[in-house]
Amino acid sequence: MPLAKRRGPPGDLINNHPARSRQFSRRSGWGVFFSEYGWPRVSFWPFAKKVDNQEENQVESPGPEVGEAVCQAAEPVIPAELGTPEPAGERRGFIKFLCALIGTLISVVPFGAGIWAYLDPLAKREGGGGGDGFIRVTTLDAIPADGTPAKFTVVADKVDAWNRFTNVSIGAVYLRLVDGVPKALHTICPHLGCFVDYRAGRNDFFCPCHNSNFKLDGSLARGVSPRAMDPLEIQIRNKTEVWVKFQNFQPGHSHKVPVS
Amino acid sequence: MKSLLDWIDHRTGVRQLTKSALFENIPGGSRWRYVWGSTLTFTIFVQFVTGVFLWMGYSASSGDAWESVNYIQNEMTGGWLLRGIHHWTAQLMPLLLLLHLMQVVIDGAYKAPREVNYWFGVLLLLLVLALSLTGYLLPWDQKGFWATRVATNLMNLVPFAGPEMQKLVIGGTEYGHHTLTRFFALHAGVLPGLLVLLIVGHIYLFRRHGITPAEPVIKRDAYFWPDQVFKDVVACLAVTVAVLGFVLWYHGAHLGSPADPSEPFSAARPDWYFLFLFEFLKLPFFAGENEVWGAIYIPGMAVGLICLMPFIGRWKLGHVFNVGIIFVFLGGAGALTYLAKQEDVAGQNSASYLKAVLGDARDAHRITALAKAKGIESTALSLLKDDPKTQGARLFAQHCASCHRYDGHDGLAVELAKADTLDELEKRSGMTSRFFSGDAVHPDWLARKSDTQGEWQTVKSVLDAKTKGPFDVIASAKPVDAPEAPDLMGFATRQWIRDLLDPDKYISPRYFGGTAHKDGDMYKKFLNRKVRKYDAADLKMLDAIAVALSAEAELPGQAAADQADAALIRDGVQYLTDDIGCIDCHAFGEPDPDADGPDLTGYGSRQWIIDFVKNPEHEKFYPNNNDRMPAFGVKKILTDKEIGLITDWLRGDYFEPAH
Repeated sequence: MPLAKRRGPPGDLINNHPARSRQFSRRSGWGVFFSEYGWPRVSFWPFAKKVDNQEENQVESPGPEVGEAVCQAAEPVIPAELGTPEPAGERRGFIKFLCALIGTLISVVPFGAGIWAYLDPLAKREGGGGGDGFIRVTTLDAIPADGTPAKFTVVADKVDAWNRFTNVSIGAVYLRLVDGVPKALHTICPHLGCFVDYRAGRNDFFCPCHNSNFKLDGSLARGVSPRAMDPLEIQIRNKTEVWVKFQNFQPGHSHKVPVS
Repeated sequence: MKSLLDWIDHRTGVRQLTKSALFENIPGGSRWRYVWGSTLTFTIFVQFVTGVFLWMGYSASSGDAWESVNYIQNEMTGGWLLRGIHHWTAQLMPLLLLLHLMQVVIDGAYKAPREVNYWFGVLLLLLVLALSLTGYLLPWDQKGFWATRVATNLMNLVPFAGPEMQKLVIGGTEYGHHTLTRFFALHAGVLPGLLVLLIVGHIYLFRRHGITPAEPVIKRDAYFWPDQVFKDVVACLAVTVAVLGFVLWYHGAHLGSPADPSEPFSAARPDWYFLFLFEFLKLPFFAGENEVWGAIYIPGMAVGLICLMPFIGRWKLGHVFNVGIIFVFLGGAGALTYLAKQEDVAGQNSASYLKAVLGDARDAHRITALAKAKGIESTALSLLKDDPKTQGARLFAQHCASCHRYDGHDGLAVELAKADTLDELEKRSGMTSRFFSGDAVHPDWLARKSDTQGEWQTVKSVLDAKTKGPFDVIASAKPVDAPEAPDLMGFATRQWIRDLLDPDKYISPRYFGGTAHKDGDMYKKFLNRKVRKYDAADLKMLDAIAVALSAEAELPGQAAADQADAALIRDGVQYLTDDIGCIDCHAFGEPDPDADGPDLTGYGSRQWIIDFVKNPEHEKFYPNNNDRMPAFGVKKILTDKEIGLITDWLRGDYFEPAH
């Protein structure tokens, strides 16, 4: 910037103007001196009685829109050159750019941290709970011999965020005997995850939420479900123990996709 | 793009709004001293954002609060960063509030017509402090729990309706679920809502009256945009950098061990910006019935005086008085804060204060590891209460350490980082170090030269004696009385048993020097009469016996060694029964009604120790010659569970996370 432009306006204009003198009558002699000849450029310390160098005082008359915004200042009338704010001209492009850049940066920090933590569930995969995933559900003798399905609670250990519960209900399965062989169906409707009822009167499965009907083998009889009820793998151990590989599947798809 | 903006502007007037926001006149141009209001607005924005995200992981119940905060801090990806930003921003806010208040008072910005706005500001200050106070409790750790008890008990002193108010605030007479739900609703609902209302009013009035220029105004007026905005964002950036610096340095924010109403916590302190009030109450003037003055009346009057400043400022010297008052308050609060801190690190109780801080950190570290590895079945506190490593030591210190020692202390010492030289030890025990460093050492704590089993000395006496290092250092005070019973660190390990069979060590204070057993048959007839004359081959047999006897304990830490030395152990058993003839006095392998020394079958095993602690006078142990040891089980001094915890702790039989 050319030296000439760094100079402040003539001292008499600042100091001798009646409005200015009245308003700032407590200003010291040194203040007058420095205001005339320039203050040392120092310190960001906010409490020092500091006056910046007078710089960039070119008078560009502000646009009319700009003027409207500042009508509320209750200060004494000051000559146009001093009392009207400097317009934000094009020369401040870099400062404006920095404002936007820093403003964005510091706003991103809290949101970034928050969103990172919020996305935590996506970063975690549910543990299989160890073993092969089979859970002992009941014994063969407990399943009705006439082939009607019966509901059995699945009890296992469960991790729920910070808690680890041992031996709590984690879901249920329907078991029925087909020619003496047990078959397992998940009790959760593959449509949108409601609990499917067994209707003894009609001897079928019925989802009370959206009226999907399933046959005893789990296949869809009537309704909106995209697929049949989910069969679960089953094993007989020690001759009479019924073990089921209990897992949940994503609802709403026409194919079984395990939830993980 | 432009037409879209036009469309929006036409319906909302957003351009005019932006314009009036950005083109506010600043008399005298932009100044660094005007940034404080903006930094506060920014920190409140940060607190709102991080607070809402924290809310998504927090559970406000006394059985889940600590657990969920621990989960955020230690298990959730990025949770430590989120919590750290929230915590450390809160730590900076009182500073920024103070700077803002000082700027306003010094510049006389409280004067007419800005009085109402000034009062809004004072209210905002109190609101932020209330947010800090309520937030302090939410993690439900020892520190927050005990500090909040103190703060809410002060409400009792409020005239007329104190006890009722306290009951309402904590949701009953006991601190629990409803204390947390109420504090959380205040912290995340009521107070932020009020805060927003007041800030809107504050900024509206600020814009209505315009900025108060710092005098003298010489520079030309300028608009808020872009120069002042630039200074504001730079200041906000500085705040962000400072916060992130703290967050990274501490990897989030400190979380103490879970709140435990049964466990004293002698390091309960309010957050640093309340320390001056805390110290204020310690002044002797406020003892007894006068306390209400220190807790309620005088702070209330101080706030009242701050509120009256606009009127005081009308007098000729009023402004000078106001500025003076602010500095007097600041100086007073600063001095009290310093005194409080100083008392904690160098006062009469500083050693136990610092030890409580370390002990809490150790428990917190332990429970975090346990929660991570095992999961929490009911509450973190119950998990901690079932943990032999921490509880065994605690019970030992309470019930056993009046006679026994554990490595020369009461079992509760916190191991500190080794000091390599005397100079380092001196530096770490300096008061400035205790002020600022987590690695500090108190002169009343204990140190000894590394790799020796010698006596612990106080750090002070080590420094006075100018012994050359390196030193082991522990946070523990020297037990008042000399030990009267064996030191049980490493009980039943090979080394421990081998040392026991050394005649000199047997009658030293580390073993039976303080008991009647030093005059017993074991020493008189065996160790003194025979072992002292042993040749190398005999001593070798004693070594094998120590190994064999130690194998009886089945210590988890020695499992591998016991397995490797199976042959040696077989030999040892042979020597024990035949060559050396221990079974002349002790039973081994089968009950022996004639034996008058303790049964060596399963010596040092879990069951052996439990049986011994329950009843040392049982015929298996010392039926005739027990020396003062109480029958902890028979007399019901300790429950079976407690004896089990002590036993497991002594045997090192507890969960350790893999490194």
